[in-house]
Amino acid sequence: MKKPKKKNEFLYFALRNNKLRVGLTIVLLFLVLSFIGPMLTHNEPFAYANPGGAEPPSSAYWFGTTFFGQDVFAQFAHGLRATFLVGIIGGGLGTLIGILVGFTAGYRGGIVDEILNVFTNIVLVIPTLAVLLIIAAYLEVRSILMECIFIGFTAWPWAARAIRAQTFSLRTREFVDLARMSGMKSLKIIFTEIAPNMMSYLVMTFILQFGGAILNAATLDFIGLGPTNAVSLGLMMQVAVLWGALQLGSWWWFVPPGLAITAIVGALYVMNVGLDEVFNPKLREM
Amino acid sequence: MRRYFGRKLLIYILTFFLAVTIDWLIPRFMPGDPIANVMARIGAVVNPGAAQKMYDYFSRVFGLDLPIWQQYLNFWNALFHGDLGISVYLFPTPVTRVLMRAVPYDVFLLIPSILLSWYAGNKFGAFAARSRWLDNTISPLGYVLTASPYMWLGILLAWVFGIVLGIFPIAGAYSFTMRPHLSWAFVGSVLHHWFLPFISLFLVGFGGQAIGMRNMIIYELEADYSHYLEALGAPRRLVRKYAFRNAILPQITGLALKLGVIIAGALVTEVVFSYPGIGYLLLAAIQNQDYFLIQGCFLFIIISVLLANFAIDIAYVIIDPRTRRGMTGEAA
Repeated sequence: MKKPKKKNEFLYFALRNNKLRVGLTIVLLFLVLSFIGPMLTHNEPFAYANPGGAEPPSSAYWFGTTFFGQDVFAQFAHGLRATFLVGIIGGGLGTLIGILVGFTAGYRGGIVDEILNVFTNIVLVIPTLAVLLIIAAYLEVRSILMECIFIGFTAWPWAARAIRAQTFSLRTREFVDLARMSGMKSLKIIFTEIAPNMMSYLVMTFILQFGGAILNAATLDFIGLGPTNAVSLGLMMQVAVLWGALQLGSWWWFVPPGLAITAIVGALYVMNVGLDEVFNPKLREM
Repeated sequence: MRRYFGRKLLIYILTFFLAVTIDWLIPRFMPGDPIANVMARIGAVVNPGAAQKMYDYFSRVFGLDLPIWQQYLNFWNALFHGDLGISVYLFPTPVTRVLMRAVPYDVFLLIPSILLSWYAGNKFGAFAARSRWLDNTISPLGYVLTASPYMWLGILLAWVFGIVLGIFPIAGAYSFTMRPHLSWAFVGSVLHHWFLPFISLFLVGFGGQAIGMRNMIIYELEADYSHYLEALGAPRRLVRKYAFRNAILPQITGLALKLGVIIAGALVTEVVFSYPGIGYLLLAAIQNQDYFLIQGCFLFIIISVLLANFAIDIAYVIIDPRTRRGMTGEAA
């Protein structure tokens, strides 16, 4: 095997890792579809386009129509956008809070660590969905952005715990001591000495938060507590079940949204394992 | 060990305290007058005399004229007497009784699905790490299962086995033509209705556990102690055994972390199959703005999650001798 140059080592292994390639391809495929999908159809997601009611997929309606004659493909394409939005904003927020809490607790240690640790554990134990349910039930009008914020604010504890543990072990290394002795500010040490050494870890945390946020959003939407003014994949499934798509055999109505979520989240998980192999030489398949 | 349990207990007590406070805030958070809201819902259902009685009852229970701190203390007091108020949606049944009716279904659904999926997932995950052939079949399956939203798997199973093949019922906990009684026919009907929700919860859990275990075993087999054992010429079986024992520890912690997600999954699964557990009840309570019932369900979920976490902590102490000797406070 040719020895790759140090600089391109990550890229060298990343491009040769099958798990990463497959996962990334699937996610990108859906991302592209969420961008161009809404342009491929003239129908608005909630418009009653087909007077015939529920009809199976045809050339006019690629994914068929709902009980009300709405274009399933239009709903699906717009719903994909909502899904990626929730993943990026909700997952991003969860990661960010996890990073802030984890770095602070891990680097400071002592009493700050104790307090943050107890707080993290409390949020960790309270079932987030029960809390989300109640918050969502209070708000009569909800937007996708609000949903992202709810999800981000409740999903961070495990990330904070994992990042704290990593920071804790890095804190006592010589290079960090050296930086401290040279009079560097704590914040600068965290961002220039500690964070770069666990970058791979942070990226993987974000990917898992991304997937988790999508699943959380689907659950909320399905119980009818999702956004009230937008279309989403979870909402499609809720309406389908509510209006008897099962009994009517309208499989084209409830199969695509769930399939898309499964494919995206599954691809993210596979990507994560691939990245792990790329970053951790011990796990690479030879 | 005392330190370990002391810390855990402190966290559980704080969590419980916080949860009850959130619970207390529920009706008080609502915009507008909660009693008026409740009454507006009742008005159409009961006669004026009963409505007046209910108004008095709600005023007394909410005690909105009392100082805030006294309302809060009263709530705790009522809680310790097992008084969770009266359900509005199922008037006039006390919330405690409504919950007690739903609990058996949840226990019956959740405990087998959690334990079996954990056990089977770990077994198959460990097998998958062992052979390439199994890895290529179980791992992709595991990723698909763990990534699929609970309700979607439920919907698919309901559609395929309930509608297309027509071999399983897709609503209720027993046949609508039966009344609960002790007979083989009734037990059969209960099991028949239980199977699809159970298998749907089981499959999602199984996928996650299998993937987790497979990855953990691969980590452990690359650890120094495994290489050392191999270098000593230990049989592969023995090395695998040690790897499995070490890999099981994070899987136990992982189960505790996942409880919230599993509960949420059970909730939507119950909705898909109209299975009369707490999840189904909570949804009905929210749709009917039944605050007492929402409070009761929330409290019940919190208490059971705390108990489950505590059970997992005890299991951890039994399995990992280091916690007993007070060597680790962090890992668990």
